[in-house]
Amino acid sequence: MSDTDALVARGIGKSFAAAKGSPEVLALDEVSIEVGTGAISALVGPDGAGKTTLLRLAAGLMVADAGTMIVLGIDPARDPQAVQDRISYMPQRFGLYDDLSVQENLDLYADLHGVSREARRTRYTRLMEMTDLGRFTARPAGKLSGGMKQKLGLACTLVRSPELLLLDEPTVGVDPLSRRELWDIVEQLVREENLSVLVSTSYMDEAARCARVTILHEGRVLAAGTPESIRGTAAGLCFAVTPPAGQAARHVQAALLDDCGIVDAVPRGGRVRVVCTKEATARDDSLPAPLAGKDAAAVEPSLEDGVMLALRAKVHRDFATAAAVGTSTARPPKGDGKVIEVTDLVRRFGDFTAVDRTSFSVDRGEIFGLLGPNGAGKTTTFRMLCGLLPASSGSLRVAGYDLRRARARARQEIGYVSQKFALYGNLSVDENLTFFGGAYGLHGARLRDRMASVKAQFDLDAAARTPAGQLPGGFRQRLAMAAALLHEPEILFLDEPTSGADPLARREFWRRITALAEGGTTAVVTTHFMEEAEYCDRVVIQDEGKVLALGTPADIRRQAGERPQAQLDMEQAFIAIVQQHRKAERGSGQAAA
Amino acid sequence: MNALLAFLLRVANLCRKELKVILKDPAGRIVLFAPVLVQSLMFGYAATLDLREAPYALLDADHGQAAVRLVARIESSGVFRRVATLRNEHDIAPLVDAGDVLFVVAIPPRFEQRLAAGEATPVQLILDARNSVTAGTAAGYLGQIVARFNADWRAEHGGGGMPLTLDVRSWYNPNLETRWFMMTSMIAVLSMLQTLMLTALSVAREREQGTFDQLLVTPCTPAEIMIGKSIPSILVGLTQASLVLLIATYWFGIPLAGSLIELYVALCIFMVACVGIGLAISAMAANMQQAMLYTFVLMMPLVLLSGMTTPIANMPVPMQWLTRINPTRYAIDMVHRVYLEGAGLGTVLGDILPLLAIAVVTLPLAAWLFRNRLV
Amino acid sequence: MNAAGPDRRGAFLRRLAALVRKEVKQLLRDRSNLMMGIALPVVLILIFGYGLSFDVKNAPLAVVMEDTSPAANDLVAGMRLSPYLDPRPVHDMPQAERLMLDREVNGILRIPPDFSRRLTLGDAHLQLILHGADANTARTVQGYVQSALQAAGTREDSIGSVRLEQRLWFNEANTSTWFLVPGLVVLITTLVGAFLTALVMAREWERGTLEALFVTPVRPVEILLAKIIPYFGVGLIGLAMCLLAARFLFRVPIEGSLLLILLVSVFYLFVALGIGLLISAVTKNQFTASQVALIVSFMPALMLSGFIYDLRNMPLVVQGVGRALPATYFLQTLKSLFLAGNLWPMVLKNCAILLGYAVVLLAAARAKTRKRVG
Repeated sequence: MSDTDALVARGIGKSFAAAKGSPEVLALDEVSIEVGTGAISALVGPDGAGKTTLLRLAAGLMVADAGTMIVLGIDPARDPQAVQDRISYMPQRFGLYDDLSVQENLDLYADLHGVSREARRTRYTRLMEMTDLGRFTARPAGKLSGGMKQKLGLACTLVRSPELLLLDEPTVGVDPLSRRELWDIVEQLVREENLSVLVSTSYMDEAARCARVTILHEGRVLAAGTPESIRGTAAGLCFAVTPPAGQAARHVQAALLDDCGIVDAVPRGGRVRVVCTKEATARDDSLPAPLAGKDAAAVEPSLEDGVMLALRAKVHRDFATAAAVGTSTARPPKGDGKVIEVTDLVRRFGDFTAVDRTSFSVDRGEIFGLLGPNGAGKTTTFRMLCGLLPASSGSLRVAGYDLRRARARARQEIGYVSQKFALYGNLSVDENLTFFGGAYGLHGARLRDRMASVKAQFDLDAAARTPAGQLPGGFRQRLAMAAALLHEPEILFLDEPTSGADPLARREFWRRITALAEGGTTAVVTTHFMEEAEYCDRVVIQDEGKVLALGTPADIRRQAGERPQAQLDMEQAFIAIVQQHRKAERGSGQAAA
Repeated sequence: MNALLAFLLRVANLCRKELKVILKDPAGRIVLFAPVLVQSLMFGYAATLDLREAPYALLDADHGQAAVRLVARIESSGVFRRVATLRNEHDIAPLVDAGDVLFVVAIPPRFEQRLAAGEATPVQLILDARNSVTAGTAAGYLGQIVARFNADWRAEHGGGGMPLTLDVRSWYNPNLETRWFMMTSMIAVLSMLQTLMLTALSVAREREQGTFDQLLVTPCTPAEIMIGKSIPSILVGLTQASLVLLIATYWFGIPLAGSLIELYVALCIFMVACVGIGLAISAMAANMQQAMLYTFVLMMPLVLLSGMTTPIANMPVPMQWLTRINPTRYAIDMVHRVYLEGAGLGTVLGDILPLLAIAVVTLPLAAWLFRNRLV
Repeated sequence: MNAAGPDRRGAFLRRLAALVRKEVKQLLRDRSNLMMGIALPVVLILIFGYGLSFDVKNAPLAVVMEDTSPAANDLVAGMRLSPYLDPRPVHDMPQAERLMLDREVNGILRIPPDFSRRLTLGDAHLQLILHGADANTARTVQGYVQSALQAAGTREDSIGSVRLEQRLWFNEANTSTWFLVPGLVVLITTLVGAFLTALVMAREWERGTLEALFVTPVRPVEILLAKIIPYFGVGLIGLAMCLLAARFLFRVPIEGSLLLILLVSVFYLFVALGIGLLISAVTKNQFTASQVALIVSFMPALMLSGFIYDLRNMPLVVQGVGRALPATYFLQTLKSLFLAGNLWPMVLKNCAILLGYAVVLLAAARAKTRKRVG
């Protein structure tokens, strides 16, 4: 314990019941961490690891059952107000006031923290720049898109510089541009005002920017140290595999992920990044056994590799079961015909054009990604494709039906997984599945068959009688997908399915999606994890309602200016494309003026 | 035929889901049925305009035989209870002011003497009319007591009986108990409150919890969704009506004169009209709070202007006209007629037709609002 | 420490002002709040002032004229003079019964064929059949018929009789509007104070807007005060509307002091706000809060406070519940201040009771509002 630590926790234990009547669960068990003054510390770990509980304990919103916690020299359990006077905290779900405008929400928090007029002027300008909310200051918070709400919550938290900043997954649903801006601000605050920060995150690139990383798993500390030390654990285990010509990276990745000698495999930059187990890695310079015969080269480990290594040591997850997502009816092979055709699609809200003359098409069995900054019109496009929102003009054909005329028919052919958990929380897994099966016209033996099969596919049998609302996050997502796939739709729509999900859950999710696509089901996905675009056959990038780029991930990287000597990852490519467009817009705007 | 079957299956599926969502957790069930139980007992016991041991004070300045006999009649009526005996007129005001007594009977000095002398002797009755209904009822009772006293006095003093006697009988409620009126009204009113609230909240809840989008992407049409919301609300409403019915018949022993089947048919028609209103609210409300507040704001006039609290005939004519668009007015009348009077459905056609008319207006309105807000 | 005093007060006021501003904006922007806070009171005032009345006037009465003698006709003519009765002569019983079934009439007065003959003998009988479904109206009609027949029923002779001299204190006009309007003040104050406040505060708990707010220098007492102040204002607006309507629309006398009426209303408003905040802090859920608020505050204020139904007519247990309710004391005081005047002993006693309730409830709400989540 040193005097310079802003937060010190020793042997913290906390248990509580998830719902009334259910048995107590140990959320934190003997957890010890410290947050150094003037530095950023990160908490990473899967769902239910206890990250939120730990942050709430530090904020004085909960009292621990065991252990000691000292925040800025104060025990938050004993004198929570003294702590709350000096820290800032952004909860996972920042409760904005929907009826108040963006500006009014900001002002409220500035007033509560006693930020002076002069300090506000400079701070607001900076925050607006970061969040890109400057255009919307007068808009009620309730009318913002999900990502923009998140950014506003963040801005409200950063209206002043506290002595300690607690951030609970601050960038869930936030686009890469804003994420970068946010981190710039936080790092600037740390530099200039010696701010101490504790942040929980599921983005490993964010954790890599921190001075210290603590990996939590099921209430226990799995590993802790500098990013370098955690990365170091994977040294010598990491390789990049170049797929054979004509084969997509994700196919190679899927096969590798199922191998027990491999800890992790993800498509990255057209290749597959692999972490092998220590056992599989040969002591000499030859390739590890699972990679034998492949075009592979050793690469430097990243923090993510180290974290995956630590997690996979504890968590046994068989990705092969996730892949067993067959469909009972054989679909025509991929590539024969287009299942979605969008031509000159326009959607206006009053005099605001959310989607502006957008055209694209999706082939059968394709994984199609919809990318774009917050407020780019992704969600609006998405809702129109699902028939939840009528188009102002343009034509929309989904699964061969014109959405203007045969909406009900088209709906029979689609499955929809919304961003927010949207099943009936107090109904059990079985009851939810029975209902949605019935809604799609399944009943009797056919319904029973399908339910049994999706429950097996999504590993839901154990939870069949649990109310959906009490399931942990990962289970909920699997249930939502199971419900959407009951009727074996031709197209599956997934709105930010991996937002807030931990790396393991995301691997598992994509393994399922790629398997589905193999079976001929088309998947349309929105995401803010740019590296996930690598799983897609093609992606479209939107901003301000317009299509900026459309093509395979490789096309996109090339369009962003990738050269053989300067490789780009998808995130860099995305940022480059959006910034090129915005610069051009501004340029033409000035020219017109 | 197949399309019809598919339609029915989908609606049944929606209804099943809705009922499960409403009734699944114990807290939800308590919220649905405990208030009805509490309210019907509360109304049954508390909502009474009948006097019961009403406190009064006596100021007897005569103390003669006649005065004692008059007082004995008041006391033996069983309706009044003497809580104070005064000596002085000055004691009257503080007692009445404080609300300790409902009225004071003041028998003047020389009461018996004047009565015997054949005078029309005044007895003062001072009533606390802060509650004018209770005061009026007490005055009515006392008037009857005095009239009987006079008749007997005449008979004893050789005057023969009163020249004119009024024989009073009361149909449908022989002892004129307010409770009979109240409890039967409650059958309609309480179930209306819940049906309205449930329907109004059902869509708002799904919207707030995000499940509505998930429902809308299924092949279920808006009409099916609406029917799937209506039927469970009606079923819950009918269950509540049955609960009140049981309490009225078995706990309070109010005899059911009409046919149970006809009563339920009448209630069903009423519920359909209510569901139309509830759905219209739910289509307009953006969240649960709004749905609740709108429903509440609407409920007040629906209940107050239904004839339950005060008779519609007592209202000014324009107000009476206004009550014609109030479904509760017809429902209460209908229940009274079937339950207390034993009327058949043919007799209450005058109530059924307006209810059907209300349903015919509100249901398409709700459908229109749905279409224009949602899809 | 002394130097920090004014500073601390300044911070307190600044935060409170910010929260109140936020609350007022939210209040003004949500139409449903305004409907509840302003439109509903107006509707209630109109309904209670113009719609509800216990005063039976021109009660229709079928008169079966089985005897058409001058004596019987005189009797009906006598009844016609009464402003309270509307006799409708019919020829036979079946016709009268049909009118009764259609609820065209409140009762049937049957004048038997031998009426005039027996009247001269001093032994006439009339039959009155009442529609008993609405017991109160039936009783009232009976009273009206009885007094209308009194003239015909008395005989000029030398035998004495008791004449009841009725004096209605506090409501000489004997109109039910006078006793309903003070009750209306109770109803509206309860609605705004308890129901609306419980709902908006429960919404904050439910939607998680408090979690971020908690981890700021804001004190729980400031959060509560920020709810109390605007809704106190809304309550005062409702109160003012009620008082103005009472005085100028319905001409209800205000015998007591207006200042006292305001004072006791303010006390009760605090009680209602305390109930609302306590309910929301305990339930933390909009739907449950609204149901609880209805059952513990609104329904009892309507049913058990003596508003419409006299507490004295209820069974003892129910009376006991009624006497435990703050609304009962508020109503008693209001009715007296409106109709009777400044009855000091009662006013002081009831004010003390209400103040006690306010302190206890607000303290309980404060104790239950803690900066805790989960």
